[in-house]
Amino acid sequence: MALPTYASPLERVWYYTFRGICGLIFLFLIMPILIIMPLSFNVEPYFSFTEGMLSLDPDAYSLRWYRDILENGMANPAAMGGEWWSDMWNNAQWVRAIRNSFYIGFFATLISTVLGTIAALGLSRPNMPYRNLIMGILISPMIVPLIISAAAMYFFYSSAGLAQTDLGVILAHAVLGTPFVVITVTATLVGFDHSLTRAAASMGASPPRTFFKVILPLITPGVISGALFAFITSFDEVVAVLFLGGLEQRTIPRQMWSGIREQISPTILAVATLLVLISIALLTVLELLRRRNERIRGMTPQ
Amino acid sequence: MKSILKYSALVAAAVGMTASVAQAEDITVVSWGGAYTQSQVKAYHQPWMANTGNVINSEDYSGGLAEVRAQTEAGNVTWDLLDVTMSDAIAGCDEGIFEAVDHDALLAAAPDGTKPTGDFLEGSLGECFIPQIVYSTVWAYSKKAFPDGGPQNIMDVFDLEKFPGKRALQKSPLYNLEWALMADGVPSDQVYDVLETEEGVERAFAKLDTIKDQVVWWTAGAQPPQLMADGEVVVGTAYNGRWFSAIAEEKQPFEMIWYGQALDLDGWAILKGGSKKDTVKDFLKFATDTQRLADQAKYISYGPARKSSAPLVGKHAELGIDMGPHMPTNPDNMTEAFMTNFDFWADNKDELNERFQAWIAG
Amino acid sequence: MANVADTMPDPMTGEDGIPLKTKLRIAERRNRIKAALLVLPLFAFILVTFLVPIGQMLYRSVENNIIADNLPRTIELLSEWDGNNLPPEPVFETMVAELKIARETKEIGKIGKRLNYEMSGMLSLFKKSGRKVRKLETGPYKEALIKIDKDWGDPEVWATIKQVSDRITGSYYLAAVDLKRSPQGEIVAQPDYKQIYVSLFIKTLWISLLVTMTCILLGFPVSFLLSNLPMRTSNLLMILVLLPFWTSLLVRTTSWIALLQSEGMINDLLVTIGFIGDDERLKMMFNQTGTIIAMTHILLPFMILPLYSVMKTISPSYVRAARSLGANPFTAFWRIYFPQTLPGIGAGSILVFILSIGYYITPALVGGQDGQLISNLIAYHMQSSLNWGLAAALGSILLAGVLVLYMIYNKIVGIDNMKLG
Repeated sequence: MALPTYASPLERVWYYTFRGICGLIFLFLIMPILIIMPLSFNVEPYFSFTEGMLSLDPDAYSLRWYRDILENGMANPAAMGGEWWSDMWNNAQWVRAIRNSFYIGFFATLISTVLGTIAALGLSRPNMPYRNLIMGILISPMIVPLIISAAAMYFFYSSAGLAQTDLGVILAHAVLGTPFVVITVTATLVGFDHSLTRAAASMGASPPRTFFKVILPLITPGVISGALFAFITSFDEVVAVLFLGGLEQRTIPRQMWSGIREQISPTILAVATLLVLISIALLTVLELLRRRNERIRGMTPQ
Repeated sequence: MKSILKYSALVAAAVGMTASVAQAEDITVVSWGGAYTQSQVKAYHQPWMANTGNVINSEDYSGGLAEVRAQTEAGNVTWDLLDVTMSDAIAGCDEGIFEAVDHDALLAAAPDGTKPTGDFLEGSLGECFIPQIVYSTVWAYSKKAFPDGGPQNIMDVFDLEKFPGKRALQKSPLYNLEWALMADGVPSDQVYDVLETEEGVERAFAKLDTIKDQVVWWTAGAQPPQLMADGEVVVGTAYNGRWFSAIAEEKQPFEMIWYGQALDLDGWAILKGGSKKDTVKDFLKFATDTQRLADQAKYISYGPARKSSAPLVGKHAELGIDMGPHMPTNPDNMTEAFMTNFDFWADNKDELNERFQAWIAG
Repeated sequence: MANVADTMPDPMTGEDGIPLKTKLRIAERRNRIKAALLVLPLFAFILVTFLVPIGQMLYRSVENNIIADNLPRTIELLSEWDGNNLPPEPVFETMVAELKIARETKEIGKIGKRLNYEMSGMLSLFKKSGRKVRKLETGPYKEALIKIDKDWGDPEVWATIKQVSDRITGSYYLAAVDLKRSPQGEIVAQPDYKQIYVSLFIKTLWISLLVTMTCILLGFPVSFLLSNLPMRTSNLLMILVLLPFWTSLLVRTTSWIALLQSEGMINDLLVTIGFIGDDERLKMMFNQTGTIIAMTHILLPFMILPLYSVMKTISPSYVRAARSLGANPFTAFWRIYFPQTLPGIGAGSILVFILSIGYYITPALVGGQDGQLISNLIAYHMQSSLNWGLAAALGSILLAGVLVLYMIYNKIVGIDNMKLG
């Protein structure tokens, strides 16, 4: 979309104005995410750049809010060595929240990835009956507003004794994550060449062998990106945790939620910075997967 | 470990050993968390566990009856004893969530032999409710905003001309209606009579209208001191314990306005359907005796609900401040103070909440 | 997968003598069953952990057993009462008897609470009467009950009891749209000061619409730029869209608080450059403005991604043809290019709209008092007022709206074509 040499002055003006506008929109998208990073190193408990920070005075920066992530809630932050570590691991509020998030996220992802991938295999068979209807039902957890899902699950899980248990939250997150797995894996299978499985079968491979040796390697990128979606869904989810989780199931977003509501401190910015780094890592993995997927399919990026 | 304990208790009973209250049992006691639970653990839980060998699993919740109600509805009660406000205790009692109690039979008498019904503050005992503390929602102002002295009473806090600036109020009709009427000239002991009438409610909302633009609404107890420290508000309401810790522990330049404080009670309710009634009752008897209630005030500035505990209230365990003057129940703090009318709110909560929400949105 | 075609000796019959058609049909059926079996585990999982709970919640919005269960004989007698004056003595007599039972079974508070939704004061009426009827042994019960509380002499009390006696009720739905039944049984509007839900639904729709429009306005130029740049550059710029998309909702809400609050960065900046005075800091947070800004930011990627994928497929030759035929740039864009982007705009808009009408977290954190949406009130009735019937009714209405939008989305885009990232 380079500016052609014969463009009129008006077109020139518009061309640069348009780019300027787009630049501002990109700024709107990315600025809030970048701005919190330097702020999280503020030595003062403010949400704003101090004069010292602007003049790049090293004393205006500190790691105190990162230290607070580790120490907030500890019984004895002054202890040394092994005692400090076990205290931090077991008692620090944020550390526990981080542990819960990964624990719940891992199992929720496991359940939704396994169930979602198998279902996607069925859905992409040409002879799946009532395909649209079933697809609609399977991805409904993504469509129903979270507050309704959370309220409904709250009633039901309480009656099953699952409210305020790890299992309850894991199941809820697994349900919310499956649509993403179904969608991404189905999308991968759309371009899937079915003659490959027939070829495998004709050469005598058993169906499980065909699955593990032929199908799985080809759909792996889709499965992994589906799993990442499921993981981030659980990792980022707070409404269901608010309703279903007790104190033992506090996750990072749940902890941030009470932090923002009750006593907003720069510790939240430090946690937020760490979460942004995690997102960057996830995004990189996804991008690599996408490239690999295109390479396997023989499509090269233009 | 838990199941082993239970199992050994069963075996003990089976071989005919005396399986009485003395048998170690663990019970789940649920409270508000934070500094409040800590004060209970120090004053009640630890001495009781040391005396009896029983174990208390202390859990936290964020208030409200939604969780317990869902548990009871499903017949799946996992908690034994719950720390609740009196209004929640009444609501839970109505809903059949809590066990009714006979206070004189269950609780310890005062050291001088006064029965519990005579020793606990008047009107503080509920059908399913055993009070622990009196707390209040109370006004305070920022000395930074008003260095020459701030508002002194409820009329002042509603006076935007004399004391301009934002106010922090709880996002609930509770107390705001009462205070609005008081600011409009109704004495605190007649507030509920006036609120019973349609005109009274309208009058209260009309008075609130006069400050509506200047109100910042809070929803969590930690917010008002924070808002005031940040300079977002200059006057506001909060629980007295929150003001106390902001002033005494964090040295914030705030001043409390005890005038017209709204008193409320917090205490215990036994969950229906629990299987460890005897142990729970043993704990309750211990935790609500005269000395224990006075002990709790060492750790947090809420007043004991027993008259006989008041003289025993000493100094703050860490700050060394004499806690007496900081108790909502201190006679010096009782000017125009009023006790929440729980029956009124049980009846009108739903309607007034809707009205309040509509008013806020309008 | 048995493959018939490879092993077939005769075009019409298989080697085992079964006609090919039959074999094919059997094979196809087997394939269908196989496909269904693969989907079954997830289907069962979603059914049990998601669909059944939703169904159960929908049932809560009409369930109304408490009165029918506990005052069966009274409401049977009341069904013959004409609604004028007071009901006859036998009604009072059975009421006293059933109050005694309800007091024993501890159901009396629940009865009162249910009736209190319809008429304030019923809860204390029932609790008080429950305590006192124990001593009532002989009639006449009418006078005795009225002596306990004069409200029993009010025909409206009895009419209300009669009204909520059905086991299935629409009253929660009526309440959810600011209506109620008058004691005479007609459907009437709630008094002005209690009308909140309809205006809240409208406000929710309005804010969602506003957010959707803003997303179109901001998303269109960006998608246009991305789809017209060389792949390498656009992939790089795409990161600026995808990073927010992958970043936690709470992180983004937090940063908006840091930016927009009155002691926040934007206000500080404006004060420092002297644009506004220190005492006239703008209120951009904890109100509707804050909600709209933060929601737009959070939902913008959901607009850009589908719009981009549609624009990518639009061939530039149409616009070039229009230009060469003499159309000016604006006409060429508006008449030729823009109509081709409509499916993308449609898909993005519905996605953004669906997500925003159910939004809970952001309004709850930055909405303040006038930025709250319908889901915040559902949460309030779930957790604080415990009026679960009303919460369920509000939720069902919201759900119905979302499902309609979802079907439209399905018609426009097809759920198969939904893409992520």
